[in-house]
Amino acid sequence: MLKYIFPEQASTFATRVDPMYYFLVIFSALVCVGIGGLIIYFAVRYRKIEGENRPSKALHSIALELTWTVIPGIGGIAIFAWGALLYNDFANAPEGALEIDVVGKQWMWKVQHANGMREVNDLHVPVGRPVKITMTSQDVLHDYYIPAFRVKHDVVPGKFTSIWFEATKTGEYHLFCAEYCGTEHSLMGGTVYVMEPEDYAQWLEGGPKTSPQESGQFLFEQRGCVTCHSGASGARGPNLMGVYGSTVTLGSGDEVVADEEYLRESIMQPALRVVDGFSPLMPSFSNQLTEEDVMDLVAYIKSLSAEEGAE
Amino acid sequence: MAVIADREGAYAPPVREENYLTWDHSIKSWLFTQDHKRIAILYLISITVFFLLGGIFAMLFRIELLTPAGDVFEADRYNKFFTLHGVIMIFFFLIPSVPATLGNFLVPIMVGARDLAFPKINLASWWVFNVAGVFALLVLVTGGVDTGWTFYSPLSTSYANTSVFLAVTAAFAAGFSSILTGINFIVTVHKMRAPGLTWFRLPLFIWANYATGVVIMLGTPVVAITLFLIAVERLWGVGIFDPALGGDSVLFQHMFWFYSHPAVYIMILPGFGVISEIIPCFSRNRIFGYPFIAFSTLSIAILGFFVWGHHMFVSGQSFYTGMVFSFLTMFIAAPTAVKIMNWTFTLHGGNVIMTTPMLYAIGFIGLFTIGGVTGLFLAAMGLDVPLHDTYFVVAHFHFTMVGGMAMAFFAGIHFWWPKMIGKMYPEFMGKFACIIIFTGFNLTFMPQFIVGWLGMPRRYHAYPEEWQVLNVMSTAGASILGFGFLACIACLIWSAFWGKPAKQNPWGAKGLEWEVCTSPPHPHNFTSIPVVTEEAYSYTGEEVLDID
Repeated sequence: MLKYIFPEQASTFATRVDPMYYFLVIFSALVCVGIGGLIIYFAVRYRKIEGENRPSKALHSIALELTWTVIPGIGGIAIFAWGALLYNDFANAPEGALEIDVVGKQWMWKVQHANGMREVNDLHVPVGRPVKITMTSQDVLHDYYIPAFRVKHDVVPGKFTSIWFEATKTGEYHLFCAEYCGTEHSLMGGTVYVMEPEDYAQWLEGGPKTSPQESGQFLFEQRGCVTCHSGASGARGPNLMGVYGSTVTLGSGDEVVADEEYLRESIMQPALRVVDGFSPLMPSFSNQLTEEDVMDLVAYIKSLSAEEGAE
Repeated sequence: MAVIADREGAYAPPVREENYLTWDHSIKSWLFTQDHKRIAILYLISITVFFLLGGIFAMLFRIELLTPAGDVFEADRYNKFFTLHGVIMIFFFLIPSVPATLGNFLVPIMVGARDLAFPKINLASWWVFNVAGVFALLVLVTGGVDTGWTFYSPLSTSYANTSVFLAVTAAFAAGFSSILTGINFIVTVHKMRAPGLTWFRLPLFIWANYATGVVIMLGTPVVAITLFLIAVERLWGVGIFDPALGGDSVLFQHMFWFYSHPAVYIMILPGFGVISEIIPCFSRNRIFGYPFIAFSTLSIAILGFFVWGHHMFVSGQSFYTGMVFSFLTMFIAAPTAVKIMNWTFTLHGGNVIMTTPMLYAIGFIGLFTIGGVTGLFLAAMGLDVPLHDTYFVVAHFHFTMVGGMAMAFFAGIHFWWPKMIGKMYPEFMGKFACIIIFTGFNLTFMPQFIVGWLGMPRRYHAYPEEWQVLNVMSTAGASILGFGFLACIACLIWSAFWGKPAKQNPWGAKGLEWEVCTSPPHPHNFTSIPVVTEEAYSYTGEEVLDID
C-alpha cells in the first residue's frame, strides 16, 4: 500500500529532497485545513438568520493585512532558500565522479560508459559512487529522469547538460524521458540497474562490449549494405575489401583515393562519385543514419582493409 | 453605489419597453451588433462550444490512461488529444472566458457607461476570435497537431509533421482578439467612468479586468512574435530555435514563457474579480480590505512578468538565473495570500447566504488555495527537479485553472445569469451541479499529485503498471467532472428558455448593474446617466433575496 504514496528513495539526493517535500505537504495541508476551517466556521457562525440582522461593519485592519502579507513573504523566502540550497547540491557534481555519456534521440537513449561499453535505454551504475551523466540530444528536446534518484534535466540539442547522483540501494529503477519529444515519448525509457561495484566492474568487462567496428559491422548487416556490397563477383555494389586507402577509378574516368571523407560521402551522397562499372543505384542514407552510425560504418570499412592487408 | 441621481436631459430615453435581447431579432442584428452585451452573449456561445470540444479531448485521453499499456488509441492520436485539449482550453476557453463574456457584459455597466470605448473594435474582437476558431477547426480536419500546447522547438519547427502552422496561426489570431478586448477595457475604465465613480469606488471586478487588460496588452504581442518565428523557421527553414539550423531551443522557451506565464494571470485575475463581487454580496458585508485586494491585483499583474524562468529550472538556464526567478516567484505568495485572507474575513460578522454562486465561490477559494500552495513546491528550485514535467505539475495548474478559473467562471455565470438572460436558473440543480463538479474535480486531480510525486511524467501514452490505480481514480473523477459540467450547462440552457423571469435585483446585490439596470438591461444600459455617491459593496445587512 505504501508504495502507492511514497516513492522509492535510492540516491543521496532523494534523502535530501524528500524532507522538504514532506515538510511542504504537511505545511500545505495545515494551510488548507486552516483556511477551509475558517471559511466553514464563518459561513456557519455568521449564516443569515431570518428576521435577524448583523449590521455591516467598515472592515479594515492594517494589523491583519500586514500579518498575512509579511508571513507568506517570509515563508516564501525561506522556501526559496531551502530550494536553492538543494539545487546547488544537484547542480554540482563532486570531484572524481564516474563519467557516463548519454545521447538522446527520438526515441531512445544511447549510453556510453568510460571504457566504451555501450547500452541503449538502460543504464548500469555502481552503488555508493557519484556518477555524472553528460547529455546531449541528436534531434529535439528530451529530459533524462530517474524518479527514484529524484534527478532530471533537459537534454538539449546543440549543447551539453548534466546530472549527477549517488545511488544508495542496489536494484532496478525506472528511467523516463520527461520532456515531450513526439510519438514514442512515453516509450523512451528503460531501467536503471544499480549494482555492487564489483558487479558493475564485471558487467563493464564481461558484457558484450561493442567496439565501433563491431557496431559498424552490425549496421552493415542490419541496414542491408551487405546485400549489394557482398564481395561476390557480379554484385550490384563494389567489393569493399581493402577499398580503404586504395585508388578508385570513377565512371567519369577520374581517380580518387578512398579515404574516410570519400567513404562518408559515398554513404550520405552516393550518386556524386560512383565507381566505374557500377550504376548509381544506392539510396542516400543521409536522413537515416546518425553521425555516430556513419563513424561506426567507416570504422568497419576501414577494418576490412586491415584484414585484407594482414592476409 | 446605491444612490442614483437622474441628470435630466442627458439623452432622451428610448420610448419602447425593450431589453437588449428583444429589441431586434434579426440574425444581422446579432452578428454585427456593436452592443457589448450582445457581443458578450456571442462570446459565451463561442467559448462554450470550445469548452465542450476541449472536454471531449480530455475524456478521450483519460480513457486511454485507464490501462497502463498504450492500447486504446495509437500514440500519435493520444499525443494529438492532449495537444488539442491544451490549445483549445487555454487559447479558446480560459483566456477569453471571463473577460470576453462577463467582462464585456459588465465592464461598461459597472462603470456607468453605455458601451465600451470602441464598440466596433469589440465586435472585431469576436470576429477575429472566430477566425482563430476556424483555424483551430481546420487543425482538426487536417489531422490535428501533436507538439503539446507549448509548441517547444525544434520538435514543432523541424520534426512535427502535423498541422503546426495552422495551430500556431489559430493561437496567434486568438491572441489578437484578446488584445482588442484588453485595450477596450483599459480605455473604458480610464475615460468612461460615471460621475462620482472614483478609482476607489470601482467594483473589484473592474480592477481585475483592468489589470488583465494591461497584462494582455504587454504580454500577448510577445507570444505573437514567438509564434510567428515558429512559422518562419518551419516554412522557410530560417534557423532561430533549432540548433541544427544554428538556432537556440532554450531561447524559444524564454520567449514562450515570457508571455505564457503572465497568461496564467490573464486567466486567473478576472476570476479573482468575480469572487470579489460574489463573496460580499452573499455575506451581506462590506469587502474586507478593499485597497489591499485592489493593489494585490496590480502587484500580481506586474510581478507576473518577472517570473517566467521558473518554468525552466531544469531546461539548461544557469543556476543563478534560476535563483533570481525562484526568489521573485516567492513574492507572488504574498498578494495571493492577501486575497484569500481578505475574502475569508469578508464572511466574518456577515449574514452568509449559501446560493449557487456562493457555493462556487467558496469552492474556488478552497481549490485555488491548494493550487497556490502546491505552486510553492514547484517554485523551490531543488524540489522542482523531481517534480518538473510530472503529473504533479499537471495537477497544480489544473487546481489553479479549473479549480480556480473554471469555478470562478461558473460562479460568475450563475451570479449574473438573471441579469444577462433575465431568467432564474433552478437553484437546486445549480447547487447539485456545483457539488458534483467539486467532487469530480478533486477525485480527478488529487491522485495526480501523488502519481506525479511517484514519478509519472506528463504527456505519457503508456505508463508502468503500479500507477494504474491512481490513473483509474483520475479517469473516474474526470467522468464525474464531465457529468457535472454537462449538468451545469444543461441547467443554464434550460433556464434560458423555461426559467422563471428574474427580478431586477434578485440577490439584493449592490452595484449599478443590479440597482439601476433592468433584467435584462435596456439596449443602452441606462436611461439616464447614473451618478455614484457611495463606495462599492456598501451592504448594510438588510438586503433581501427577491426570488419567487
